[in-house]
Amino acid sequence: MNTITLNKLKPGHSGKITAVGGHGTTRRRLLEMGIRSGEIVKMIKAAPLMDPLEISLGNGHISIRRAEAALISVDVLSAG
Amino acid sequence: MFSRQVEVDERHSITIALAGNPNSGKTSIFNALTGAHHKVGNFPGVTVEKKIGYKKIGPYDVTFVDLPGTYSLTAYSPDEKAARDFIINEQPDVIINVIDSGNLERSLYLTMQLIEMGVDFVIDLNMWDEVLEMGIEIDTDKLSQLLGAPVVKTVGSRRQGIDPLLQATLSLVGNEHDDPGHFRHRHRGGYHHHPPVSYGPQLDDVVTELAEEVSKCKGCSYCSNPRWLSIKLLEGDQEIAKRCVLPGGESAELTDRVRASVEHLKATAHDDPEIVITEGRYGYVAGIIREVMKKPPADRMEASEHLDNILTHRILGYPIFIILIWLIFQATFKLGSYPMKWIDDGIAGLQIIAASILPTNLISDLIINGVIGGVGSVIIFLPNIIILFLGISILEDSGYMARAAFLMDKLMHALGLHGKSFIPMLMGFGCSVPAIMSARTLESHRDRILTILLIPFMSCSAKLPVYVLFAGAFFGASAGNVILSIYLIGMALAVIAARFLRKTILSGDSLPFVLELPPYRWPTGESVVIHMWERTKIYLRKMGGVILIASIILWAAGFFPKRTEFTQDYDSQIESLSQEKSFQSQEQIARLENDRAAEQLEYTIIGRLGHVVEPLVAPLGFNWQMGVSLITGFVAKEVIVSSMGVLYHLGGEAGEESDTLIKKLQDPGSNISRSAAFAYMIFVLLYTPCIASVIAVRREVGIKWMFFSIGFQLVIAWLMAFIFYQIGSLL
Repeated sequence: MNTITLNKLKPGHSGKITAVGGHGTTRRRLLEMGIRSGEIVKMIKAAPLMDPLEISLGNGHISIRRAEAALISVDVLSAG
Repeated sequence: MFSRQVEVDERHSITIALAGNPNSGKTSIFNALTGAHHKVGNFPGVTVEKKIGYKKIGPYDVTFVDLPGTYSLTAYSPDEKAARDFIINEQPDVIINVIDSGNLERSLYLTMQLIEMGVDFVIDLNMWDEVLEMGIEIDTDKLSQLLGAPVVKTVGSRRQGIDPLLQATLSLVGNEHDDPGHFRHRHRGGYHHHPPVSYGPQLDDVVTELAEEVSKCKGCSYCSNPRWLSIKLLEGDQEIAKRCVLPGGESAELTDRVRASVEHLKATAHDDPEIVITEGRYGYVAGIIREVMKKPPADRMEASEHLDNILTHRILGYPIFIILIWLIFQATFKLGSYPMKWIDDGIAGLQIIAASILPTNLISDLIINGVIGGVGSVIIFLPNIIILFLGISILEDSGYMARAAFLMDKLMHALGLHGKSFIPMLMGFGCSVPAIMSARTLESHRDRILTILLIPFMSCSAKLPVYVLFAGAFFGASAGNVILSIYLIGMALAVIAARFLRKTILSGDSLPFVLELPPYRWPTGESVVIHMWERTKIYLRKMGGVILIASIILWAAGFFPKRTEFTQDYDSQIESLSQEKSFQSQEQIARLENDRAAEQLEYTIIGRLGHVVEPLVAPLGFNWQMGVSLITGFVAKEVIVSSMGVLYHLGGEAGEESDTLIKKLQDPGSNISRSAAFAYMIFVLLYTPCIASVIAVRREVGIKWMFFSIGFQLVIAWLMAFIFYQIGSLL
């Protein structure tokens, strides 16, 4: 399976989170928002200026900066 | 703790707190429970807003407290800390855990922490209508059983399910009984136990062992809940550790024990305990979800995604954003200027009436100019505040505010700010006071402070007359460009100041930008109006009085001491001239009165202060009149031009387009060079906007930052004016 960081996931593609990196507050905050291993995320789109990103997770949408998305590894699942 | 075993007739005072995620509709539940009668204050020690409502229900005097919306109850953000400290220190009788039913999983994460804390809570499955629309089926009985708490379905925005919610909540307020492991030792109407959160066998064992150890220690009140304390110690929660580990042999032992457990966890789970615990909580939540979720949800974001295809579109997103924000700006400041004019006229009318009734003496001067004028200076901001917060409430409640942050984040992030900082900053071009108040929408304290410190760089509309006067007088045809350059310099300096502040006093890790984009929802009129009214009340109650007093003091400083001996005998001259009743004599009288007013102002405290600051403003090329006007400008920037009028013997009515005032300024005798005029505009741009804005800063971020903000602006204003004057003089 193809493992990439979340910021590289193409719009419309889904992935399964395999690892959440980062330290301290950042990592904890990501986890608390439900961004954790095993969850399925879908890339919705990037903001018009390319940053931040909009992802779909669980039953909601979350906006996250590329810098933080780069801390998250995902296994690419499918397009759509 | 007071006992609840009281006589039947006696009234019981109880506290019910509302906890929940942002966007869970917590505020609408709070409004539905309490009506519109709120008191808004701050949690002790932090500038996190605390909303309180009171209601008599049966034998209970209930105090409802709306805790800040949080995803968690750690001590990382001021909001979370405030919510947690309230639960620990104030020990509310029951907590209503408001949950966005359409996003059960993430909502229950917070619930896990409530279970850990051992508090009594009711699960409020809010926005239940969305669950029905999505076709989710949730087994609420099962959920209730698993969580050991009553579960009630509500639709807060339509006030549905509020009575059952209240009944379920009050049912938990009951007789006392011993139930170790809880902050409150009480019987909870049939819900005796929340089953403890299980984090998986590995971690559970560690927690249980440590809890046993902790229960031996009788150091502090936290020990009444050893399991929670153990989790906090494992998480490395510094604040709890500090408070828990008291002097004494046992605590040192405990510290060692905690360290050993942490090491053990790191070795076995290959991760930090706090991460393992977070994962554990989510794991437990996932288990609950599996049991209660009968039918998985359809994508509730579908409709929102369609809207977002337009509203955050690559090309259309910005024009739509600009139009929406432009509408709010225009409504706030253009539409708002009409009621402001009425207020202005009303105050002036009141002053004329008061002057005709009252005898001429010091007291009536105080009433007419000090008090009535001061009240005017408070209520003049009301139209702006009301309209702006109406707009902001609609943006927030509809879900568009999160999209605005999404669109603007890249730009604002370059300044070290948050996407949400854009709206307060933009509103700064209208008026700093509502702009500073609107920085409340920012969750992070640091972002809030930085935004508030930068707002004054956005040239507010009250500064414009000063630019018009000086640019008109000294730059003739290019006045327009000069004024534009002033605005641009303000924005450029904001960028530099933001970077400087981020690198120095406001440095450090900022919270990651992980922002929920909630589904779009129709804002309800009621909640929008309540929100707007709350802001207005805060302004009047918490700031109005201080602004009034400050205005009166500043007025008095520009009025006293009264001069009794003038360079000429104005009174008798005016007296004799008024006998003539000719046109020339009228003119002469006016001139004499203006001369007298100028002499009087020079004699007052502010006039004298003007002489004190003369050496300070001399390097900027400012004359004495300019220095004094800067001091009177602390009241409000509108006052600068009228002070100039008085000081140049033209009376206070000379406006920024008065030809005589312009001639006076241009007169070589005034000794104002073009570069001094430009430096003056720069100074006015950059120094403290007005007394009301200062009070707003104090209210929003505290007195320390208020003084910092004043000092910061003055230093920058002086430095920049100095640089522009000196360079301008060389050219």
